[in-house]
Amino acid sequence: MSPAITPPARQPAGLVARALAHPSFVIGAMLTLLLLGAAALSLLWTPWSPYEIDMAVKLQPPDARHWLGTDPFGRDVASLLLVGARNSILVGLIAVGIGLLAGTGLGLLAAARRGWLEELIMRLADFTFAFPAILSAIMMAAVFGAGIVNAIIAIGIFNIPTFARITRASANAVWAREFVLAARACGKGPWRITFDHVLPNIASILIVQATIQFALAILAEAALSYLGLGTQPPQPSWGRMLAEAQTLLFQAPLLAVFPGLAIVLAVLGLNLLGDGLRDLMDPRLARKR
Amino acid sequence: MGLFLFKRLCTLLATLAGASVVVFLVLEILPGDAAQMLMGPDAAPQAVQALAAKLGLDRPPMERYWQWVGGLFTGDLGLSYAYSTPVFELVLERLALTVPLALMAMTLTTLLALVVGIYAAAHHNRLGDAGLMGFAQIGIAVPNFWFAILLILLFSVHLQWFSAGGFPGWGEDFGGALKSLLLPAVSLAVVQAAILARITRSAVLDVLREDFVRTARAKGLSRRAVLWRHVLRNAMIPVLTVMGLQFANLLAGTIVVENVFYLPGLGRLIFQSISNRDLIVVRNCVMLLATMVIVVNFVVDVLYAVIDPRVKASDI
Repeated sequence: MSPAITPPARQPAGLVARALAHPSFVIGAMLTLLLLGAAALSLLWTPWSPYEIDMAVKLQPPDARHWLGTDPFGRDVASLLLVGARNSILVGLIAVGIGLLAGTGLGLLAAARRGWLEELIMRLADFTFAFPAILSAIMMAAVFGAGIVNAIIAIGIFNIPTFARITRASANAVWAREFVLAARACGKGPWRITFDHVLPNIASILIVQATIQFALAILAEAALSYLGLGTQPPQPSWGRMLAEAQTLLFQAPLLAVFPGLAIVLAVLGLNLLGDGLRDLMDPRLARKR
Repeated sequence: MGLFLFKRLCTLLATLAGASVVVFLVLEILPGDAAQMLMGPDAAPQAVQALAAKLGLDRPPMERYWQWVGGLFTGDLGLSYAYSTPVFELVLERLALTVPLALMAMTLTTLLALVVGIYAAAHHNRLGDAGLMGFAQIGIAVPNFWFAILLILLFSVHLQWFSAGGFPGWGEDFGGALKSLLLPAVSLAVVQAAILARITRSAVLDVLREDFVRTARAKGLSRRAVLWRHVLRNAMIPVLTVMGLQFANLLAGTIVVENVFYLPGLGRLIFQSISNRDLIVVRNCVMLLATMVIVVNFVVDVLYAVIDPRVKASDI
C-alpha cells in the first residue's frame, strides 16, 4: 500500500486563536449564526403564525405585540421574516449544492484528464456565463411556470461554471506539486490522486467560494421572488415581502425596510465569513490585502 | 494581433451559435405544442391549429430554427402573439430605454468605483480607506431592487423630487425622460460600484508593490505621476475583467430595476410576455440579452490585448 502523502496540517489551536482575532470572521460568523438561528427557531416557534390572516390588525406599526408590525393581511412581519430566513437558507443550500457537486466534479475531471476534455469543459463553463441566473429563471418560468424549484435550478446551474473554473484552476496547481508526483511514482492512478490529494488540498478554496456563492444565491432568490419567479404564496419570502411592501410605500414605509435589512445582514454575514475564512486558510492573501 | 482576434472571433461566433440553439430548444421545443401553450389549455383544437399555421409553428423544428436565425440577421423576428406587432419593432422600442439605462448605470459605476478604489488604495490602511471599504462591503450585500425602493422612499415619497416610476418617452420630454432614468441608474450603479471599487483598490495596491513602480519613483517621478501614468494602466486589467462580468449582472439588474420603477424597457417586456405566454417575444429578448453579454465579454477580451500585449502573446 502506498503511503499517504499530504502536506502537514496547521495547528488547530493557532487557527482558532487567529479566527477569534479576525474581525471579518467574527462578525461574519455571528451574523451567519444569527441567520441559521433564526431559521432553526422558526421550525420550533414564531411569535405568531406566518400564515394566519387577520385583517383587523393589518398594517400595524411595530409595538409590544407585533415587534416589527403587521403586513396588509395582518400577518406578523417578525414571524414572516423568521420563516423567510429558512426559505433563503434552503434555496442557498440546494443551489450551492448543485453548483458545488456538478462544478467541482467537472473541474476535477478537467484537471485530471487535461487535453480536449478540459478544453470542452472550460468552453462549456464560459458558455454558461452567457445566461445569468435571472435569464435561465425567465426561460424556465416561461416554459414551466414560476416556482421555487425552477428558481433553485436556475441559480444552481449558474453556480456550476463558477465552481468548475475555480476547481480546475486550483486542481491544476495541485497537480503540479511534488507530492502529487511522488504519489504517481507510488503507482496511484488519476482518480486516487484526485480524491486522496487534490480534493483535500483545494477543499478550503471551495469552502470559501461556497460561502460567497451562498450569499449570491440569497440575493438571486430574493430578486426572483421579488419578480414573482421564485417562492410562491403563501410561503413567506424576503423578496416577495418587498414586492408587496412596494405597493404600500405611502401607508407603511417600514414594511419595505425590514425584509431588505434581513437580506443585507444575511448576505453581509456570509460575505464577511467568506473573507475571513479565506484570510485564515491562506494567510499570504491576508498579508497582501 | 490578427491571429488573436481571429481566434476570439471564432469563439464568439461558436458561443452565439450555441446560445441560439439553447434558447431555441428551451423556448420552442421544450414546451411541446407552443401554439397550445400560447392559447392556454382550454383553447379549441381548431384555433390552436390556426395559430400554429399563422405563426409557422406547424413546420419542422430545423426549418423553424434556420428561419429564426435568418430573421435575427434581417430583423424579421416574427409577430408578437399578444401585441400583434412585429417583435423587432417591439424590442427596438424597448431598447431605446434599456440601453441608455444600462449605459448610464455603467458610466456611474465606473466613475464611482474608480474614484473610490483609487482613493482607498492611495490612502491604504488609513481611516478613509477603512471607511470606504466598510461601505463597499455593505454595498455588495444590498440587493439593487431594495436600494431602488429606498431611493423611491427618500426621493419620491419623502422629498418628492422624483416620480416613483414611469417614463415620459424621449420625444415627449427629453429632460423628464433623463430624470426618470436617474434613480434607476443610481440604484444599479451604487451596488455594482461597491464590487468594482474593491477590485480597483486591490488591483492598484498590487501594482503599487511592483518593482517598476519603485524604479519610477527612484527616477524622481512624483507619487501622483506614478499612480496616473504607470499604475492605473496596469491595474486596469483585473478591473476590466470584472467590468465585463458586471455587465451581465447589470443587464440582469436592469430587468429587475425596470420592474421596480415601472419602466417600459426590455425587462418589463419580458415579464409582460411571460404573463401573456408570448414565447416568441421571450425567446428573442432572452437571445438579445445573452448576445449582449457574450459580445461585451468578447470586447473585454480584445481590450485586454490592447492594454496588456502579454495577453495575446501568451494566447497565441
